[in-house]
Amino acid sequence: MNTPKEGITRVDGRLKVTGSIRYAAEYPFPGLVYGAVVSSTIAKGTITGIDSKATESAPGVVAVISHLNAPKIPGYEGGEHEIKTFNDSKIYFNGQPIALVIADTFERAKFAASLVKVQYSKEQHQTNIDAGLQNTFKPWGDGSDYLRGEANAYQNAPVKIEAEYRTPIHVHNAMEPFAMTAKWDGDKVTVYTKSQYIKGMQREIMGMFKLPEEHVTVNSKVIGGAFGSGSPLWPYAKAALIGAKMIGKPLKVVIDRGQMFTMVGYRSPAIQKLGMGATADGKLTGITHIATGETATYQQFAEGITSTTNILYDCPNVNTQYRLTRLDMSVPTYTRGPGETTVVFALESAVDELANALNMNPLEFRKKNYSEKDPEQSLPWSSKYLKECYEIGATHFGWDKRNQKPGLVMKDGWLVGYGVSNGVYGAGRAPCTAKARLSADGILLIQSSTSDMGPGTATVMVKIASDIINIPVENIKFELGNSSLPAAPGEYGSMTTSSVGSAVYEVCTALNEKFNQLDGKSGAGDPDYARILKEHNLPFVEVTHKSGGTPNADKYSSHAYCVHFVEVNVHPTLGTVKVTRVVAALDGGKILNPITARSQVIGGAVWGISMALMEGGVLDHRYGKYVNNNLADYHFASNADVPQIEVLFVDKPDPVTNAMGSKGIGEVTIVGFAAAVANAVFNATGKRVRDLPITPDKLV
Amino acid sequence: MENNNNLPEPDTRPDVKDPSRRDFLKKSALITAVALTPAHAVKAAEKHMDERIAEAFEKMPLSLEINGAPHNLMVEPRSTLLDILREQLDLTGTKKGCDLGQCGACTVHVDGHRVISCLTLGIMVNGKKVTTIEGLAKGDQLHPMQEAFLKHDGFQCGYCTPGQIMSAVACIREGHANSEHEIREYMSGNICRCGAYPNIVNAIQEVKEGGLPV
Repeated sequence: MNTPKEGITRVDGRLKVTGSIRYAAEYPFPGLVYGAVVSSTIAKGTITGIDSKATESAPGVVAVISHLNAPKIPGYEGGEHEIKTFNDSKIYFNGQPIALVIADTFERAKFAASLVKVQYSKEQHQTNIDAGLQNTFKPWGDGSDYLRGEANAYQNAPVKIEAEYRTPIHVHNAMEPFAMTAKWDGDKVTVYTKSQYIKGMQREIMGMFKLPEEHVTVNSKVIGGAFGSGSPLWPYAKAALIGAKMIGKPLKVVIDRGQMFTMVGYRSPAIQKLGMGATADGKLTGITHIATGETATYQQFAEGITSTTNILYDCPNVNTQYRLTRLDMSVPTYTRGPGETTVVFALESAVDELANALNMNPLEFRKKNYSEKDPEQSLPWSSKYLKECYEIGATHFGWDKRNQKPGLVMKDGWLVGYGVSNGVYGAGRAPCTAKARLSADGILLIQSSTSDMGPGTATVMVKIASDIINIPVENIKFELGNSSLPAAPGEYGSMTTSSVGSAVYEVCTALNEKFNQLDGKSGAGDPDYARILKEHNLPFVEVTHKSGGTPNADKYSSHAYCVHFVEVNVHPTLGTVKVTRVVAALDGGKILNPITARSQVIGGAVWGISMALMEGGVLDHRYGKYVNNNLADYHFASNADVPQIEVLFVDKPDPVTNAMGSKGIGEVTIVGFAAAVANAVFNATGKRVRDLPITPDKLV
Repeated sequence: MENNNNLPEPDTRPDVKDPSRRDFLKKSALITAVALTPAHAVKAAEKHMDERIAEAFEKMPLSLEINGAPHNLMVEPRSTLLDILREQLDLTGTKKGCDLGQCGACTVHVDGHRVISCLTLGIMVNGKKVTTIEGLAKGDQLHPMQEAFLKHDGFQCGYCTPGQIMSAVACIREGHANSEHEIREYMSGNICRCGAYPNIVNAIQEVKEGGLPV
């Protein structure tokens, strides 16, 4: 260990604070042309005509591409159900990419795109999840339902609650708009884009154009936020690839903020019914959870918004049902804390309601129903320090000062309330390959085709390597963001530190052993790298290593946990809610780089504040069209909405997940936060808001 | 018939002339630029023959100083300062987040004041001094605000960061960084989806209290 206890600052931080790191849309090429995406203005139907005469004669226009003139795409043959950009005239949702206008400048492309006139044959559409409730299906067949013990047992409990919870559409709205610059050289293509899964995107492009791996290069050196939206080869990117191929010039396509609402996924809204019952002394006897989300007509996306109910508490009788309804909307996708964020809002609100019905402190209720093993799989936890989170969080927050009876605490004209909630998220790991090369100039270069959408992938990898390779930390470089680097899994599901970190850990360990073997001292401690290279007259020593999954993964159930303690102020007349204090206590296993880990937790809490109080995509269902598709009307937290957020780590290693003992924290930090706010609002006012976001109109 | 991108549908009645660039060029040529516009170009525009010649006369000269260096450019009047910086001058440190003046990612200084460059046409800053994130450090020596953002981890993805830093420097210069509360209010025009706000506030407070010139 040759780094400070609090960890290291970002290895790419200097590039970011000087503005010198290049994001996807910032690669200049000679002869670069610009593409503007034209989107559909109806939600369902067929294009009957495209009049692009005015567009074509506008200055600087190079091409107008649509299904009318696009070439046949070999990968479009076959059974895939995603949008096949420019393949046919069908409209599946309002805001679907239907044409690409290419011009020599951005301004000209955008203006010319506004001149395209499209005729449609409209069909009746449906975009309202309420209307879809009568027409649902099981996304995972029989796996969509779960039963342990007796179904609907809560109905016979001495104390019970029943409630319906609603969450709206959440749009990722990363600050960086999606962009792709595509450059063809014969039948080889290079793209610059943002991708959470670089090898996956490479495979999708290979499949689309039937190209071998070495003909497709995906660059994604830095990502200006993605939050789950950055994995698929979205329709706009297919447009960029087709357009660049047709005109034979490097082409840049950047979608605008409004298009970010319909072209790159969103979190499905959900309607969840929960029934929960307990004995008079607060032992859970039954939970019933029926949840419905939405998906597109042309593609299914499912994320499991009941699964957490199966495992979070020790309860003998649990039955859950997960259903989807198909709407004339673009397909939803993973959004920070996918699945868990939605279910835990409902589950942890219901727990608070039941605890209050029992007149019991909700934290005591949670402790009383603590699951000591995974009740769904009957497996031991690889580690679970949730009780420790309760203890350190409650102490730090001053939970003992909470008034059990709501609506009684007033300070400076504002009602004050305390709320708490659990979060849980699986601690997964996937196979990953990394290459390490230590050169005579003293530089260690480690490479893997992973991404960094913001958490600081390279930084934590350098930190992991610095704990094994005993050289100055500034001499350790980590290269990511290119598909020709050794294969890494996608940066999602809170798996990157565990997966890529394991590969880095193991390749560095193997590198040390290779040096020691050269030195005739297999198994020895820190090698004298410079001397060994010199003695063997080697310019470098290099190892490539593939790290497998978690050994014994099937014998344990592994999860990260968090507990959020939240104080809110609610204005008694105006209904305004302010989050005034947050304590987040986390079990993320061993925390490898506290500086950046803390920022992830803060980020999750800020997402939680936004989800609880502000966020929601609003459609005018008459047109199936968003009415708040911009950052002035789609609200999320600004600086003034966020207090200081105190972050506490249990910081105990998990013995199973990986050699470092870490459990991913990016997802879990948002899970449950909105419930903590809703519970605090109840504590402040005695009003229970079950329909997010908690806007003033719901409190006055 | 549907129009796209929420723009008003062009008036297609036969008796209403399309208010096109050609008509505009003709009129402006008659009114102000007869001496400057060759007759054959006007004729070309009238005959709808050569848009490319026509467009050449729609560019305007723009002289400004960016990060201390003078620039003499020809720009379309509709080009924003943001697009001129990013697309014409390859100064990509200034970010486009929304292009609607709603996010602050494109914040730069014009004559020392923070402005949103996506809502600023290039021709509006003729003769002015523009500072972008690329001009904040002195060579290898980072500006104190850049150092503080690094130290306090005032960002994750980094995309809003140049705008945050330009705003943060201006926030102190304006005298609006006297308390945590005041910093939050005066930094709320710069949104950060990663949620680095508490760290951003801490960074600004440290620079303010450190007393170094910004």
